[in-house]
Amino acid sequence: MTAEIGHFALILALLVAIVQSSLPMIGAAQGRPAWIALSRPSAILLFALIVLAFAALTHSFVTSDFSLAVVYRNSHSAKPLLYKITGVWGNHEGSMLLWVLILTGFGAAVAGFGRNLPPSLQARVLSVQAMITLGFLAFLLFTSNPFERMFPAPLDGRDLNPLLQDPGLAFHPPMLYTGYVGFSIAFSFAVAALIEGKVDAAWARWVRPWTLAAWIALTAGIALGSWWAYYELGWGGWWFWDPVENVSFMPWLMGTALLHSAIVVEKRDSLKVWTILLAILTFSLSLIGTFIVRSGLLTSVHAFATDPERGLFILLLLSIAIGGSLLLFALRAPALTSGGLFSPISREGALVLNNLLLTVATFVVFVGTLGPLLLEAAGTKLSVGAPYYNAVFIPVMVPLVAFMAIGPMMPWKRAELGAVLSRLKFAGLMSLIAILTTAYLQDGGPVLAVAAIGFAVWLFVGALVEWTDRIRLFRVPLAESLNRAIRLPRSAHGMTLAHAGLAVAIAGMTASAAWKTEDIRVSRPGETIEVAGYSYLFEGLRPVQGPNYSAEEGSFLVTRDGRFVAKLTPQKRLYDVQKMPTTEAAIHTTGLEDLYVVVGDPDGKGGWTTRIFHEPLVPWIWAGCLIMVIGGLFSLSDRRLRIGAPVRSKKWQTKPETGQVGAQA
Amino acid sequence: MLRKSIFFLPILTFFVVGGYFYWGLDPNRNPASIPSVMIDKDVPVFDLPRLEGSGVVGFGSDDLRQGTVTLVNAFSSWCLPCLAEHPVLTELAKRNGIRLYGINYKDKPEDAAAWLREHGNPYARIGADTSGRVAIDWGVYGVPETYVVDGNGRIRYRHIGPLDLAAMNEIILPLISELKP
Repeated sequence: MTAEIGHFALILALLVAIVQSSLPMIGAAQGRPAWIALSRPSAILLFALIVLAFAALTHSFVTSDFSLAVVYRNSHSAKPLLYKITGVWGNHEGSMLLWVLILTGFGAAVAGFGRNLPPSLQARVLSVQAMITLGFLAFLLFTSNPFERMFPAPLDGRDLNPLLQDPGLAFHPPMLYTGYVGFSIAFSFAVAALIEGKVDAAWARWVRPWTLAAWIALTAGIALGSWWAYYELGWGGWWFWDPVENVSFMPWLMGTALLHSAIVVEKRDSLKVWTILLAILTFSLSLIGTFIVRSGLLTSVHAFATDPERGLFILLLLSIAIGGSLLLFALRAPALTSGGLFSPISREGALVLNNLLLTVATFVVFVGTLGPLLLEAAGTKLSVGAPYYNAVFIPVMVPLVAFMAIGPMMPWKRAELGAVLSRLKFAGLMSLIAILTTAYLQDGGPVLAVAAIGFAVWLFVGALVEWTDRIRLFRVPLAESLNRAIRLPRSAHGMTLAHAGLAVAIAGMTASAAWKTEDIRVSRPGETIEVAGYSYLFEGLRPVQGPNYSAEEGSFLVTRDGRFVAKLTPQKRLYDVQKMPTTEAAIHTTGLEDLYVVVGDPDGKGGWTTRIFHEPLVPWIWAGCLIMVIGGLFSLSDRRLRIGAPVRSKKWQTKPETGQVGAQA
Repeated sequence: MLRKSIFFLPILTFFVVGGYFYWGLDPNRNPASIPSVMIDKDVPVFDLPRLEGSGVVGFGSDDLRQGTVTLVNAFSSWCLPCLAEHPVLTELAKRNGIRLYGINYKDKPEDAAAWLREHGNPYARIGADTSGRVAIDWGVYGVPETYVVDGNGRIRYRHIGPLDLAAMNEIILPLISELKP
């Protein structure tokens, strides 16, 4: 019964989406207030119906209703409750439903918080949003119905892929999808602006918080995914340039560019055409990502069960959404007039450079991900791996990071490069010290890695110097500095945090890639293994029993110079239903390094394969991502951007507290 | 005019990429397959000398045409995944009627011999391919790689990367029992 309610809600939602995608759009074109006003309640109703469908599916998973095909294939009665719930999106059908849930959730948010939007713009945005929803609802109902019944109902299910039974993965898909799908709002705003033929500072100010929210979620989602790969796959790696990782990374790179170019539209009324294109491309890359993952186009460790028919359906959706919006762009964008002029050496110029480099970086990842497909069509097979990305992606990142410290110090319109660089003397000095210290500690190390540490310090100190200059720290009394810090717009703190967070992450990525130590061998109980100054005493294995798996747990006593450091207990699990073995790494972190132990297969003579990794600075990768996310949240809470903050309220006009020219536009 | 046509560039690019996507959806296409021109072909002609210090003799193409199925495994002492698959190979070599030969790829003989002494030698014969020339003829992509050669010296299967228990039980062992005369 529950499942039928869910199914029925989906069908109703499809009908509501048809209404919402047509009437408000026509109403806005013909100036019919009643049709325009329809957009808001219908967006909220659409969301409510999808919530109902999602709740119905969750209920079926939690109560283990194996008469539903999707529950049978992806759940088991003995599975812990948490994984029964996360199992809802651990499969193709359920994850598409989550996709639509987030899509309509964002639509409802625009309807609820966007009261200060001009009604015709809001109606058009919600209409475009409903068109996307309509496509995906049709996809769900016609090719991937999550509420399909089985008769007779099986007694028990086939369980969720054991790799997915993990707390880190529980929150990875919702985060990632919030990011992916969040960019749909920027897309809808861009399409609506093209239809209206108007892009101005107000438009940019409405787009930015949505883009920022999506960017925050995507950053967190990618970080969670990489963290999961790090501790679950058992090889101590955190990024594999796998197609599925790349398709989440491309919208991130494009979205980052969009975030920055929207600032130029807002503050300087410039770069409009480019910003519109970025908004379309960012969401297009999210759509292409969904297509690649679901169609089996490329091989990947995460591929869902694939079906060419579904692939064709999504390709059709892609052609309509991306083709349609780009056609609209080709026809309408030339009419958009650009405002403020600027010299190449200026804040605008730096942001253009940021955009160019991020676009090139996206292109590089795109070629690496889809190049093999293009070559295969031409008759050769090729796989692209880390060497390609190291050779091509990193050279794009180097100037990006170098200019990231400089850009924020440049004034709008025209800047003196000399004056900016003289403010960065201290950052340069610190960077040099860091390079020399690293080179000394690592005996010269790989030159590129030492240089990368230098760049990370340059960016970190540069970001902090920009911030301390703004509050005039140490130049005026501390109380006044504090006062200035409080009055600084939150987005300024946000930028400092995000840039500094990236610097921290870069240091972590560099150190863990360049100075990782690994030891793989067959060990016997009682044996001691020395890795990077730590002694690992392999004490042996004992059997342990989990709720839906049995495992052998190894025990390692870690000491340094005879002092106890940690006891590490990696497991080798065998899940009962799927008969699939997984390794559970044991990790001890000091904040500066991770000690990482995995136990593998027995050799039949009383020994086991053991893998021990020493990963310097690896926790900084995720700490850096966390700082970036916090920076994003800070910026999002800026009153200027706060969702629904009335732009022309009295308070705003009487207290222009930021003192920035563009803020009053 | 030129300025206006530039605005059509994104949509044209998208339709080119979309065309490739459409091509890629062909259900008969398997993106995971790595083609090997050597499958169902005779092993290349070669004769590898023994690996000094290993205590076993070398082998050549003629030794693979003696009527028994042979597993040929390319390995090196400098290759970490080779060590990861070492217990699996050891287990395989213990089975009755399975011959395991090794091609020691681009290795120093003293390093390879020390590696085998430390971890055990599952190979009945080892050929030292110090220059890597023979491995090129076999089409070795990287170490480790494992080939199943039938009694007539024909390559029947190629496994890229380390062997694990699942690959051994589900692919290698069934294939060997199928090929056995």
